[in-house]
Amino acid sequence: MADATRLPTTITQVSQGTAAKGGIGESTLRPDGTLKVTGEFAYASDLWHEDMLWGCTLRSPYAHAEIRSVDVSEALRIPGVRSVMTHDDLPAATHYGLEIQDQPVLAKDRVRYHGEAVAIVAADHPETARRAAAKIRVDYAELPPVYDEESATREGAPLLHPGRDDHHSGHVAHPNILHRQPIVRGDVAAAKAEADVVVRNDYEVGMQDQAFLGPESGLAVPAEDGGVDLYIATQWLHVDRDQLAPVLGLPAEKVRLTLSGVGGAFGAREDLSMQAHACLLAMATGRPVKIVYNRYESFFGHVHRHPAKLTYEHGATRDGKLLYAKCRIVLDGGAYASSSPAVVGNAASLGIGPYEVDNVEVEALALYTNNPPCGAMRGFGAVQACFAYEAQMDALAEALDMDPVELRQRNAMSQGSVLPTGQEVDAPAPVAEILRRVKERPMPPQRQWESSPSEGAGTGVDVRALPGGLSNTTHGEGVVRGVGYAVGIKNVGFSEGFDDYSTARVRVEVVGGEAVALVHTAMAEVGQGGVTVHAQIARTELGVSRVTIHPADTQVGSAGSTSASRQTYMTGGAVKKACESVREKVLRLGREKFAGGHPAWTEGAELRFEDGKIVTAGGEAVAALADVLEDEAVEDEVVFRHRPTEPFDLETGQGFGHVQYSFAAHRAVVEVDVELGLVKVVELACAQDVGKALNPLATVGQIQGGTTQGLGLAVMEEILVDPDGKVRNPSFTDYLIPTILDTPAIPVDVLELADEHAPYGLRGVGEAPTLSSTPAVVAAIRNATGLALRRVPVRPEHLTGTGTGADA
Amino acid sequence: MRVTFTVNGRRHEADDVWEGESLLYVLRERMGLPGSKNACEQGECGSCTVRLDGESVCACLVAAGQVEGREVVTVEGLADLARQRGETPAEGAADAGLSPVQKAFVDAGAVQCGFCTPGLLVAADELIEHNASPSDADIREALSGNLCRCTGYETILDAVRLAAARTGQPAGAGAPDAGPDAGTSQGGAI
Ligand code: FES
Ligand code: FES
Repeated sequence: MADATRLPTTITQVSQGTAAKGGIGESTLRPDGTLKVTGEFAYASDLWHEDMLWGCTLRSPYAHAEIRSVDVSEALRIPGVRSVMTHDDLPAATHYGLEIQDQPVLAKDRVRYHGEAVAIVAADHPETARRAAAKIRVDYAELPPVYDEESATREGAPLLHPGRDDHHSGHVAHPNILHRQPIVRGDVAAAKAEADVVVRNDYEVGMQDQAFLGPESGLAVPAEDGGVDLYIATQWLHVDRDQLAPVLGLPAEKVRLTLSGVGGAFGAREDLSMQAHACLLAMATGRPVKIVYNRYESFFGHVHRHPAKLTYEHGATRDGKLLYAKCRIVLDGGAYASSSPAVVGNAASLGIGPYEVDNVEVEALALYTNNPPCGAMRGFGAVQACFAYEAQMDALAEALDMDPVELRQRNAMSQGSVLPTGQEVDAPAPVAEILRRVKERPMPPQRQWESSPSEGAGTGVDVRALPGGLSNTTHGEGVVRGVGYAVGIKNVGFSEGFDDYSTARVRVEVVGGEAVALVHTAMAEVGQGGVTVHAQIARTELGVSRVTIHPADTQVGSAGSTSASRQTYMTGGAVKKACESVREKVLRLGREKFAGGHPAWTEGAELRFEDGKIVTAGGEAVAALADVLEDEAVEDEVVFRHRPTEPFDLETGQGFGHVQYSFAAHRAVVEVDVELGLVKVVELACAQDVGKALNPLATVGQIQGGTTQGLGLAVMEEILVDPDGKVRNPSFTDYLIPTILDTPAIPVDVLELADEHAPYGLRGVGEAPTLSSTPAVVAAIRNATGLALRRVPVRPEHLTGTGTGADA
Repeated sequence: MRVTFTVNGRRHEADDVWEGESLLYVLRERMGLPGSKNACEQGECGSCTVRLDGESVCACLVAAGQVEGREVVTVEGLADLARQRGETPAEGAADAGLSPVQKAFVDAGAVQCGFCTPGLLVAADELIEHNASPSDADIREALSGNLCRCTGYETILDAVRLAAARTGQPAGAGAPDAGPDAGTSQGGAI
């Protein structure tokens, strides 16, 4: 593509230290770090083609309406407009979806949520495209919306998708229930009769947004062979391609995707956003088309975290042994399926938390409504449950007059424990230990906002360390400290029998006299540091210093999604396996070449790759890697799979459903201005078992980032949706995420207890800290205020009792 | 309309600019300087932060016409700006020429997706220019207009502390250490 610029390039990294080899276990720096600090790194919104047009999307202003007519004639007459498309102009398949193809590429006859795409425009300036979109006349007739469980399942409720025939439709009680997963184990009724204490409560979790900073964007370029090249910020190139090809009416091999720079993801890029629209406009106009959402559109352009209503009941003996647990979790999936069924599976199977409970009844379900579609977000169904079961633990501890950490430790699962699904946890599960570690940490000093008296006549007050901050609302009056704890369990990798695999191609060859490795995968680097880890693995396995990372694209096999905390495990595992295969091939070459040379070649002795050499187990060099290779390149592409899982039984929920579990615990320390209802989180300490930290710096970065997103859900983040389905706050002015002033110190304690089933013993890291952070913060606020606080995010009016809360 | 102003020490001119175009749009789409980022275009995230006649501003909130005849520094110009102040650029194959703040962000692990990074770098650079040894509270206050969704800010604080410490060091005195020495380069397509 001669006229295109700011396309992804290869990135080469050399380890330069003498002691540091840049292998696994070291905190090597990001290979793309230099490009990112100079501003040269090419993000998807930076893509450029000399000849490109700009695309724009017209979206529905209503959550539920009939489309009576669409008139594009005025839009088409605007100078500079090259194409306008509606549902009627689609060339092939009209619907797409991750699991169920229920989402129209452009709405036909009916819109089901506020912000649904209705028409698309390509023009030679983005403002021209926007003005043209505004000139499209759509005649809507509003329909009554479905917005919660009652309105979705009552008699005569409008059906979101009449005539469903997807694989969940057969086992749900109502067509507006997308999927339902029960879990039944033991005998709850009998256990209840034995219980000394019973605690039952309702909880609610608001709709959270991923709020990545790099907006949805990409560039579609029509190719000479009739296909299309798409440069795109996504989480899973191959699944985008598999959804796009039928919509474009092209064979998969003519839809070529290359990952462009991704500004964060957190689940929001698992579903298609502008991919199909840009490709369709490119094919219609024969010109490259770029689409970039602004922040307002981004709030409508991707799925969100499911809001949830949860009911929990726990029964225990007087000394705090959990006898049974019951829960019902209702997730609002919104208008289209997205990944809701898998979110239901997670909510159900992880719904009781990291505790040993023999008698369990769980019911989790997702609704179809006219609210915004919900799907993947970091924590994926486990976040909502963790908020509720951890609040229950605190409520139970209070009822028992017991220390909340001790109650948790008394019931904590450990290696060998059996989950409510019947699955045995067959790797370390240090739940009691991570709780102990956060609890034993020294407390931040009391009245931490006061500077020492020595600095002046009296004690100084730094308002930045107080609730209200620079608004200067208190100097310590009415401020009460609270401390809270929480722990959570998250699965790693794709579950329930999904064939989860990743692919890596690795090559070694001599460049400039030095053996170098090239790593090519389709893994989406979204900021998590996968590219850093791939270079480390190649160094450790192949003993090289210089590693080149090829841009991720569909010219190599699928890597699966950058989600479910799975990429280091899966694509890391694939890179490791490819390196092992390359190593074998190199050794075969060496044996052929040096048969009469060093005896180690013929003895079948173990040979290792180190510092550009092949060495014996004792460290004696037998050949330079470059001398074995000479002008030959040794390459292999391999597929790596984790051990198989199986679906949960649809009635009992039993099954070996998950491949690995990940555990994190938090202690939150907060100061609350109880008069104004303002909260300052002072410290949010985390302890997490990561199995093996391949890159400690990046591991801690993941934990701190996940912790902060959990803090956001606890006290500020919520997409507000009116009962008529309209989104009220689609902007960073009104949807707040934590700033550096809202975020406390986050000390992290990393445990490394190897999981023998995983490459290097590692455990997926990214999601677990997002779970326990939220309930720990809310527990601390409860501790300071004595309020029940059954809903997140907690708002000032919940603390002062001055508002209705839920909708403010 | 035509707009002419100085970016990173060089005179730039843009023709056919619409009245509504922001400085951010003109930098990114008309002047070939996409380093300043477009995370919100609502003045809320700071990813588009640039210096306008020395002051940090959100480029998305400044109309291009307002910049006529003025001086802009973007992330692409931070290394030159540091050199003009007499700071020692980083040495080494990969990060040659990085300003102390840029280098510190790489070394401290303050970059994940990096979309917030250009704006944070410009803001942090201005902070250290005015306050050679900022306290943590000063850093938090100065960077409170810059959102980061990935890091939880801890490594960003580390980076600014590190940059301040290194900038305060006379040239030649061994810089405070952070992390291993690894170098990077961008190669051609394979
Ligand atoms: S893009 Fe300018 S403040 Fe967000
Ligand atoms: S590193 Fe991704 S937003 Fe800051």
